[in-house]
Amino acid sequence: MKHLLLATGALALGLAPLHAQNFDDPEEFAKQQEQLQAESMGPEGQPWVQHIGGDMVETADLGIEGPATVCFSNAGVNNPWRVVGYTNMTEEVENHDSIGEFIHVDAEGSDDKQIADIDDLLAGGDCDVMIVSPNTTAALTPAVERACEAMPVIVFDRGVNTDCPVTFIHPVGGYGFGIQGAEFIVDNVEEGANVLMLRILPGVDVLETRYSAGRRILDEAGMNIVGAEFTDGDNAKTKSIVEDYLMRGDIDAVWMDAGATAVAAIEAFEDSGYDIPVFVGEDQQDFLRKWQDKGLTAIAPTYPTYQWRTAVIAAARVIEGEALPGPEWVLPQPAITQENLDEYVNPAMPPLHYAMCGCEDMANYPEAWGGN
Amino acid sequence: MTDRADPSGARERRRLPQINPVWVLLAALIAAIIFMNPGFVEPTGYMNFLKRAAPLAILAAGQVYVITSGGFDLSVGSLITLVVVGSSMLTNNDPAATYWVVPVMLGIGVGVGAINGLIVCFLRVPSLIATLGMMITLNGLAFLWSGGAPRGYLPDTFRFFGRELIRDVPLVRFIPVSVIVLVVVVGLFAWLMHRTNLGRQVHAIGDNPVAARLAGVAVNRVRITAFVLSGLSGAIAGILLGGFAGVSTDVGTGYELQAITAAVLGGAQLLGGRGSVPAAFGGALALTAIFTLLNFLGLPQPVRQVVQGLILIAAVALAMHRRKQTGT
Repeated sequence: MKHLLLATGALALGLAPLHAQNFDDPEEFAKQQEQLQAESMGPEGQPWVQHIGGDMVETADLGIEGPATVCFSNAGVNNPWRVVGYTNMTEEVENHDSIGEFIHVDAEGSDDKQIADIDDLLAGGDCDVMIVSPNTTAALTPAVERACEAMPVIVFDRGVNTDCPVTFIHPVGGYGFGIQGAEFIVDNVEEGANVLMLRILPGVDVLETRYSAGRRILDEAGMNIVGAEFTDGDNAKTKSIVEDYLMRGDIDAVWMDAGATAVAAIEAFEDSGYDIPVFVGEDQQDFLRKWQDKGLTAIAPTYPTYQWRTAVIAAARVIEGEALPGPEWVLPQPAITQENLDEYVNPAMPPLHYAMCGCEDMANYPEAWGGN
Repeated sequence: MTDRADPSGARERRRLPQINPVWVLLAALIAAIIFMNPGFVEPTGYMNFLKRAAPLAILAAGQVYVITSGGFDLSVGSLITLVVVGSSMLTNNDPAATYWVVPVMLGIGVGVGAINGLIVCFLRVPSLIATLGMMITLNGLAFLWSGGAPRGYLPDTFRFFGRELIRDVPLVRFIPVSVIVLVVVVGLFAWLMHRTNLGRQVHAIGDNPVAARLAGVAVNRVRITAFVLSGLSGAIAGILLGGFAGVSTDVGTGYELQAITAAVLGGAQLLGGRGSVPAAFGGALALTAIFTLLNFLGLPQPVRQVVQGLILIAAVALAMHRRKQTGT
């Protein structure tokens, strides 16, 4: 067993440098840190049509007449975040008379299928404007370039390596998410406090950047990071990991790169008989409710699902020939804090409903999102 | 059917205690865990460990019936998901609903097992395919029921079984309710397998169904019973897992293979004829111990997967080696 332990240790050291490439870019970190503080332009109280940075693109010369057909190539509806986002989208389509038909194709999380989907949509010839939510950046770039040659394209959520789309809609980004949570921890615990970092899985760009930004801030503030563990987004595994850490020592704060298992992590403290420490979650209802019920010291950074509304609004503006923010449309990325927690908690909504949906004023709220 | 051990080898073996290697593996893993984390010998340490192992151990105890009878049950993972999602939909935040939702879920487990068994016996679909089909179907049903994201919470009364502790117990300070469920269920399954006629018949049909039928065993009835017990174990595991960690729509993913692995670690023979409930229980504990140990070592995820895979292959190879030696 000892040999085995030594061998695995050596293996671990040997493999460690393979990780953590390219996802820790100081320039991008600084840019997003600035954008979090920046004043956003646009109508107050409607963050889904606001933008950070003033560049606009004209669309009048694109020559599309309404009502037009909008096609949407979707990376997938395979997690609760995308379920909420897609509902936002279909509800937003109802608000626009200039969108005659809305065609949705679901790539079910596969690059290959999404490339084929886009080519099929182009070959079908029915689309006037295309919205793409790419499954991965590099793989989808050529397909998006082909689409750009045929019609105006709008990309949102993950990006592509080309500037041919009319605009690329996204919130501030992963670094911003990591910064908000880690800064909250730094403000609320002593220097040298024990921080546990929980991550979903390695290798996903938006999650890696959250982690690298969080880690950078915690390290610079002199926090003692007791561990950075992968949970696979699994409640039982999350709870087990936290219980194991509690057996070995105190934890003063928990940082998470996504909030779906935050409640399971909190329960590990409750069930082991510990006070709940400073917590970074996300805007899921179950976490917000727990936070309110137990009076936690917590913050919920968000990766707002309202960007799915923005994509439809951008398509409508292209059809109507109006100017829109571009070539990047950076949306504000607010965090839910103690001050505004009450505005977002809603027991009528399902546990994994993302509260920062910007959907409360829409016609079919809350039924369309599974609320009652 | 295996090679006959030569007499000298037989004499040599007599000097060694005949102990299932799964217990040696488990002891080694536990020793390593204690070495890494002395707190494990405290009740909080080993009780948490048992609590965590309970769903898998129960699942393995059910799976070993199907494996011994000569089949596989791949549907238990998605059955767990269905039970957790279904419970959250049916209880609908009403604590009083638990008393009827729990029996309904056990009923679903029995029903799914019975359907698996009927398909295998009367439609002549190999169990691998029949239960694979059931796995996909149940996943789809759970998805349809929930709409892809959890729609409700489980009330505390339902979570009692997987989450609560009975405190102020002498000697061990506290016992998780799930550990009591574990002891009762595995005890019953072990008794049925090793002390009753049913267990002998399960072994017989797995070893040689034709001989068993000629000897007067109602092969179909026994086979269906094996699937029913596996389904029941899946429903119980689902109730414990939902209690432990709450609602999620992929809670059961991967559990079917873990259950089969646990049974094989305990020396159960794929394709039937040999299997032991206590050894499968040991296999489930060993598997959980591997996960826990790798947690404690703090290795990066990819390295953990490599190590986990290698340990599994080595352990099963060891079990096979022993079987060759003993000729059973």
